[in-house]
Amino acid sequence: METVNIKINGKNVKAEKGSTILETARKEGIIIPTLCYLKGINEIGACRMCVVEVKGAKSLVASCVYPVSEGMEILTNSPTIQKSRKTTLELLLSNHNRDCLSCERNTTCELQKLANDFGIENAGIYDGKVSPHTFDDSSLHLIRDNSKCILCRRCEAACRAQHVAVIGANNRGFDTQMGCAFEKNLADVPCVSCGQCIVSCPTGALRERDCGDDVMDAINDPEKYVIVHTAPSIRVTLGECFDMPIGSNVKGKMVSALRRLGFDKVFDTDFGADLTIMEESHELIDRIKNKGVLPLITSCSPGWIKFCEYYYPDLIPNLSTCKSPQQMQGAIIKTWYAKENGLDPKNIVVVSVMPCTAKKFEIVREDENAAGAPDNDFSLTTRELSRMIKTAGIDFKLLPDEEFDPILGVSTGASAIFGATGGVMEAALRTAADTLTGKSLENIDYKEIRGNNDIREAVYNIAGMDIKVAVTSGLNNAVKILDKIRDGTADYHFVEIMCCPGGCINGGGQPTQSSDTRNFVDLKGLRSKALYEEDKNLPLRKSHESPAIKKIYDEFLGEPGSKKAHEILHTSYVKRDWLL
Amino acid sequence: MQKHISNATFKGTKEQKKKLLDAIKKHKQEKGALMPILQEAQTIYGYLPIEVQTIIARELNIPLREIFGVSTFYSQFSLTPKGKYNVSVCLGTACYVKGSGDILKKVSSILGIEAEECTKDGKFSLTACRCVGACGLAPVMTINDNVYGRVTVDQVEGILSKYLE
Repeated sequence: METVNIKINGKNVKAEKGSTILETARKEGIIIPTLCYLKGINEIGACRMCVVEVKGAKSLVASCVYPVSEGMEILTNSPTIQKSRKTTLELLLSNHNRDCLSCERNTTCELQKLANDFGIENAGIYDGKVSPHTFDDSSLHLIRDNSKCILCRRCEAACRAQHVAVIGANNRGFDTQMGCAFEKNLADVPCVSCGQCIVSCPTGALRERDCGDDVMDAINDPEKYVIVHTAPSIRVTLGECFDMPIGSNVKGKMVSALRRLGFDKVFDTDFGADLTIMEESHELIDRIKNKGVLPLITSCSPGWIKFCEYYYPDLIPNLSTCKSPQQMQGAIIKTWYAKENGLDPKNIVVVSVMPCTAKKFEIVREDENAAGAPDNDFSLTTRELSRMIKTAGIDFKLLPDEEFDPILGVSTGASAIFGATGGVMEAALRTAADTLTGKSLENIDYKEIRGNNDIREAVYNIAGMDIKVAVTSGLNNAVKILDKIRDGTADYHFVEIMCCPGGCINGGGQPTQSSDTRNFVDLKGLRSKALYEEDKNLPLRKSHESPAIKKIYDEFLGEPGSKKAHEILHTSYVKRDWLL
Repeated sequence: MQKHISNATFKGTKEQKKKLLDAIKKHKQEKGALMPILQEAQTIYGYLPIEVQTIIARELNIPLREIFGVSTFYSQFSLTPKGKYNVSVCLGTACYVKGSGDILKKVSSILGIEAEECTKDGKFSLTACRCVGACGLAPVMTINDNVYGRVTVDQVEGILSKYLE
């Protein structure tokens, strides 16, 4: 590492050449406050919270974008700096809806925290004219309240980093407002519903459409049989909402909490994920053997599906026709489980807990109603579930560990890793390899496709056949692969695409984390590590070995890819027009 | 001020589209091509409706939202169609302190439209502009290429009447 010698607050420091003052200070244990800065996503030096004094500079400089250089002398906490930061905060607060008590981000808002840290005594000291503020609740998955927006542009940058770019700053100066092209509603522009804007927002300007109350109403309705199922990644993120360390696996407590909330049955979407693997690996082998459309691209991520429908409709034939685990789980509950237990599917309310806001869109898609009713009725995010638990007065940390209900709560390590990028591919390969070789292979760790590199490629020789695969997450990365598929320069057999960077563990429905954590802690790494640990420790690590899966095929579906399986577990896609 | 977005029906012609595509082709490879293209588009159509911005977005492979952001950032771009006669009242500092705000109000009441709107018959449009570079003549209004300086509220009706028939 090439270094430069600098001085921070009088202390000599060897700093990495090319790094910013902010990064260097953080390594020295100095926290410089930021609002607009998101490392690698939004580095625009706009909010002026991170200003520091650099000897010789004409004015205060934005430390988030200012690189260190030899001999630089920096002050990070002088009276001038404190006064400047405080004034910046007061000015932001003067144009901010300070309805903190009823704000979803109360206690997790970055602006609120800074106001507290800086001891702002009169938030209204500069009150005057306020900017025009629009309110957009047009879409199924999110609500935008611009009265709480501080124009940090983090949502705009996150949306652009997803190659979607449907939101951004319109107009100018005091009239600047975040919005869509031609001030259209979000529902009328090609938003893919990924929710990365929500988890990027420092305040309560963006939030999901909360359906926790509707779910509680269903639970309290004696006519309804309410079944919940939780996605693989929820167990390793929910703890964050209760001040537990990032990467804590709280599966047992989560199941406990769901029972105490009053759900009639608590199932695991991991079962749906195992089922997805059965169908998808069958589809892969079928397409390879029968010269179907290749590469096969995974279909678990509804944000990715919507993106494909909008921006790459010519690649719809490449999409796996498998429903996502959420939808397969719901479909089996309302068909097989309902029949087995003498329940009328119309009286069953299926609630999913997902790391995802696009799942709220997925549950109302066409061709997702195997029993003649929607496969799922409500889709909650991790955040919504945490609020329900808090509202119910459940002391989460003290809960005993409990097990999912049989049999749709039985699952394998293969499905556990669905929540991390590369997991679906690995799980599918485990099953495809056993199917093709007719053996039970022991080496089942496909480490080449794990990790956080933007794109991971590998060739696996299975039963004398080379299977070339690629894995990516984040739509900006996906586009690189999609363009190669489109122009015929890619020769993959199987591609996994997850909409959100890092996969579901970093989904738009996951707990919000401060920009400081997002910038300086390996959030994705810690969360996904917990999933791979779970996989490693489970007795069964291949989907086709799950007793629940065997039972469902024996008693109900027949074989993977059967006519019945297609009716219940597969879906179709539509071309969507964008721009007008 | 927030840009007013017209909901008038788009009446672009094939000739206009060809001109626009030519302009895009001419600038496409330049760095910062968007600004000159938007300027030429506005010259061709008189304003930048969604239909025009969509063509530009597709051709340049720039998200429509970003183009809209640029078109609302700069006061030179308009999102409303221009009438046969575009009345432009300068609200720049010099004109404003000389009372151009009242002149704008007067024009607005006579024509029955707000700034950034166009009359139903397509004859007049009204723009509140920023500095036409004739501060010595403040307050200034222009109708197409004709400049009227040192305008008083009482003169407005007379000036407009020349264009009314």
